[in-house]
Amino acid sequence: MKRTPLYDRHVALGATMTEFGGWAMPVQYSSVIDEHKNTRTLAGLFDVCHMGELIVRGPQALDLLQWVMSRDLANQKIDEMKLSAITNEKGGIIDDVTVYKRGNDQYMVVTNAATKDGDLQWILKARQQKGFSGAEVEDVSDEMGKIDIQGPVAQTILSEIVEGELSALPFYHAMDTRVAGMPALVSRSGYTGEDGFEVYATISRIVEIWDLLLRVGDPHGIKPAGLGARDTLRLEAGMMLFGHEMCQTVTPYEVVYGWITDLDKDFIGRDALKKQKEDGVRRKLVGFELIDRGIARHGYPVFAGGEKIGEVTSGTFSPTLGKAIGLAFVPVRLKEPGTELEVEIRSQRVKARVVSLPFYKRKK
Amino acid sequence: MAKPSPNDRKYTKEHEWAKPNGDGTVTMGITDHAQELLTDVVYVELPEIGRKAKQMQPIAVVESVKSVSDIFAPVSGEVTEVNKSLEATPELVNKDAFGEGWIAKIKMDDPSELDGLMAAESYEEYVKANPH
Repeated sequence: MKRTPLYDRHVALGATMTEFGGWAMPVQYSSVIDEHKNTRTLAGLFDVCHMGELIVRGPQALDLLQWVMSRDLANQKIDEMKLSAITNEKGGIIDDVTVYKRGNDQYMVVTNAATKDGDLQWILKARQQKGFSGAEVEDVSDEMGKIDIQGPVAQTILSEIVEGELSALPFYHAMDTRVAGMPALVSRSGYTGEDGFEVYATISRIVEIWDLLLRVGDPHGIKPAGLGARDTLRLEAGMMLFGHEMCQTVTPYEVVYGWITDLDKDFIGRDALKKQKEDGVRRKLVGFELIDRGIARHGYPVFAGGEKIGEVTSGTFSPTLGKAIGLAFVPVRLKEPGTELEVEIRSQRVKARVVSLPFYKRKK
Repeated sequence: MAKPSPNDRKYTKEHEWAKPNGDGTVTMGITDHAQELLTDVVYVELPEIGRKAKQMQPIAVVESVKSVSDIFAPVSGEVTEVNKSLEATPELVNKDAFGEGWIAKIKMDDPSELDGLMAAESYEEYVKANPH
């Protein structure tokens, strides 16, 4: 199992460790609910060094990205960040990534941990097939570290050790700056549904940044948060997780990624996705809450009218709402909020209801 | 640190306790060590009253945010009572695993089954040797 540079910190903090995408990662330090609530009300600090970073540069960098990304990046401005899917010929999702435009002809693609190697191979293959020799792809994941600081006071804390005016940084934009005196890239973005930042810096300095954020953040109530809280936070915010909601046989239109699929440009999978959009999808990812007692989990069968119609992709107890929530694929006729479903939990069917996403939206 | 295991009851290797009530029934629950490992109990699936339990067979389910765990019957017998307050406040298992967080009462088929369970001291040694 791979370890991030913060591994010893997690162990010293008493974290429960788990395997995630080939990495030893902290699930929780104290309790998932505490870490979740602390991130919603104050600030949470997340080690996300396991995620992948690919640099794409050169005069054909944009051509290559346009060919592999579902999102139209033609009008992307420098320092702007875009969410995109990488799709296969059938329109199935290979990964969901963020693309940072770092300069003219220079981009950074941030991938999920377990999918990074596959993404790299896929992009290199596409580069070769299209003859985009003017685009260079470099995997910098081993040299680059990443920490997320999320929550209502994240800006207050990070401002203490960042150069420049963080408050002027718009959502889904990045700035080149210094954090604790070290060169870093900071974007206003995240995976929790709260205001917050993703901080990228060289892997050798990540421990210093982590320690400093915990120290200056302490009076403001920052706490480290593990993958357990990361999962409940993202689920409440209606955000998807690769390997749960998405895989290579699921298309952007079947989940909530229609808005990052731009059919007006050509890309791998476009024709299949265009056809699917015209024909209409047969299944759709929906949010649900349980009406009866219980907790729905990944893989539990979903029933309607006595017939098995789908599966839960993610399910948990929502610490903010105090009830069981989840995401599931259902036939498109059952996607409307208010529709009653049943989830089978240990051979017992319990009532659930389709609700609109997200489950939780922060007050501005 | 887990609260000390009371001397008035017996313990299983799966971290359940059984406390004899003097009327042929035991009250059962999970130990403080078990709730510490689980953290954040958010749901308890209670057995039905009248259900026949077999020693060390699953009788209830305790769920934390992240995990689903079977709870085993410390003795064989019939479920006579369940802790209904866990339906609304499952966190009682975290707050008071040896008391308010009890799960069920079982009328024992064979009280000698208790002899095969661990006393408090042996259980604590067992936990020290098997921290997870």
